[in-house]
Amino acid sequence: METKELPKEMKMDNPQGDDNKKIKKGKTPFQLAMGRFMKNKAAVISVVVLLLIIVAVIAAPLITSHDPTESNLRNIEKGPSSEHYLGTDSSGRDTFARMLYGGRVSLIVGFSAMIFTLVIGVILGSIAGYYGGRVDSIIMRFADMMLILPFLVLVLVVVSILPKVTIGIFVAVIALTSWPGLTRIVRGSYLSLREQEFVLGAKAIGARDFRIIFKHFIPNAIGPIVVNATLMMASYIIAESALSFIGFGIPQPTPTWGNMLSEAQSIRILQNNPEAWIPPGLAILVTVLCINFIGDGLRDAFDPKSSKRS
Amino acid sequence: MYQYIIRRILIFIPMLFFLTVIVFALLKAAPGDPYSRILDPEISAQDLEDLREAGGLNESIVVQYVNWVTAATKGDFGESFRYVGRDVSDLIMSRLPNTIYLSIFALAITLIVAIPIGIYSARNPYSPLDYFATGFGFFGLAVPNFFFGLVAIYLLSVKLGWFPAQGYMSSSSGDGFAAFIDRLHHLVLPGLTLGLASTASYMRYMRSEVLSVLGSDYIRTAKAKGMTERTVLYKHTLRNAMIPIITLFGFEIGALVSGAVITEGVFTFPGIGMLLIESIGTRDYPVIMAITLLLGVFILVGNLIADILYSIVDPRIRYD
Repeated sequence: METKELPKEMKMDNPQGDDNKKIKKGKTPFQLAMGRFMKNKAAVISVVVLLLIIVAVIAAPLITSHDPTESNLRNIEKGPSSEHYLGTDSSGRDTFARMLYGGRVSLIVGFSAMIFTLVIGVILGSIAGYYGGRVDSIIMRFADMMLILPFLVLVLVVVSILPKVTIGIFVAVIALTSWPGLTRIVRGSYLSLREQEFVLGAKAIGARDFRIIFKHFIPNAIGPIVVNATLMMASYIIAESALSFIGFGIPQPTPTWGNMLSEAQSIRILQNNPEAWIPPGLAILVTVLCINFIGDGLRDAFDPKSSKRS
Repeated sequence: MYQYIIRRILIFIPMLFFLTVIVFALLKAAPGDPYSRILDPEISAQDLEDLREAGGLNESIVVQYVNWVTAATKGDFGESFRYVGRDVSDLIMSRLPNTIYLSIFALAITLIVAIPIGIYSARNPYSPLDYFATGFGFFGLAVPNFFFGLVAIYLLSVKLGWFPAQGYMSSSSGDGFAAFIDRLHHLVLPGLTLGLASTASYMRYMRSEVLSVLGSDYIRTAKAKGMTERTVLYKHTLRNAMIPIITLFGFEIGALVSGAVITEGVFTFPGIGMLLIESIGTRDYPVIMAITLLLGVFILVGNLIADILYSIVDPRIRYD
């Protein structure tokens, strides 16, 4: 995505723009925010780096011919070679292939957990914030209850009860334990919207609740929702890797960046094979850093008032 | 203010109740009960049933909850599944002091590093150190603490041999002052690891708070009155900038708790976080739930203290 190309596309959506180039009206707040986002260098670079990482993990079969789960006990803990770029792990699996395929799993877990949380958070937050009253207090008390325990500890305990953990179950556990934060944010922004005149107007012309929520509330609260969803994804990637690292996340032999780092719990590998555990750690670091920069960029873009550098 | 404090304490009570409900529900959802672990071949199914009856497991769920909470308030969480015959509370108490030392150490590092640097960055914005601190802030929030811990072990322990990588004390640590130093020596790496993320976020907050206070009218007035830079900084700026830091402390307790679990795992540091990991590995549910409850209580009390401090420090806030 080049910065210069975007205004043209925006004008395409905007019939006035074609006739008179000076008219800047007609851009939606969302388009304005995207314009501001594109001016944020750190955020745009982060988007590019993140896209490169995504392309690399999607194209994993083209980049490496090794199977990330195929172990070879005759060839364990080998150093880097032209056959195995980053050597092999304690089960003789190719570390480079596990990096790429592991990135897939880590990103999929982070992304799908984020989407899942977003769905729960927006639905419950919308119900609580739009209807208020009893429903609101029930949902929010329940959210408060869930917020007492830190999400990592809660996930850890829930995982300990489950007989078996798969990627799907893991994602569900994350989403079901971390929705309250987003629910609070959605509800909070609805509370001020509820009193606005355009909502009254929509009600007066007989719009149904569902329509009001989708057409008026969500678009107006999109800033905080998008920003928090982005930052949530970063924290999920860290949570997945931390839990996999201590052995309670995605079970082996499925590769994830966290799983690969757990190799370094053996002091021998930690000491002798840094090429086995430093790359996945750096991959997590770079990915999370990019997502955080994008999140900050989005925050500044959606809420220009908050753009003090911090 | 007193009204607020009383109201805040009253909110604490239902939160504590909710916490016990969650933990009890999780305990009940966990497979097995204290008697399903008995492997004695002499024991018949009937005997086990009698034991369950005597242990109150056939009562209604509400009665069981009340019994459990009553016992828990006395510190009785039953026996560990893994260490047969060992009380859960006993097990926790043997590990708890280590975690407390680790947390205090991490918090001390955080405050000692973050506050001065935050102030410096705000007073000299866009200076080289400010850029460095900002970069460090982004890094500190993005690096998973266990990866940082591993790198620290690799560089400072394995390569340079400066600090021990595991445990909380040497086997031959001597006593008195030497033992204290030995303990402290073992705390350095886990403490740095645990403190990293909070150092980064405190630094960022401190910087933006001091910056916004420095721009306010009363600071200009104070300077106009001819007060020295020092007085303005310590008497006017810092007192106001510290207020949100106290709130942040409330939020950070949760992060500190979950960070401690992972950090202790990396350094096999024998605190309750490590105990939690071990207990999850062996499905030792009474211990898991007791620790979960304990961590929850820590967080609730920490938030309570933060809120009360907040109302004392900032008399401007009105609560109605």
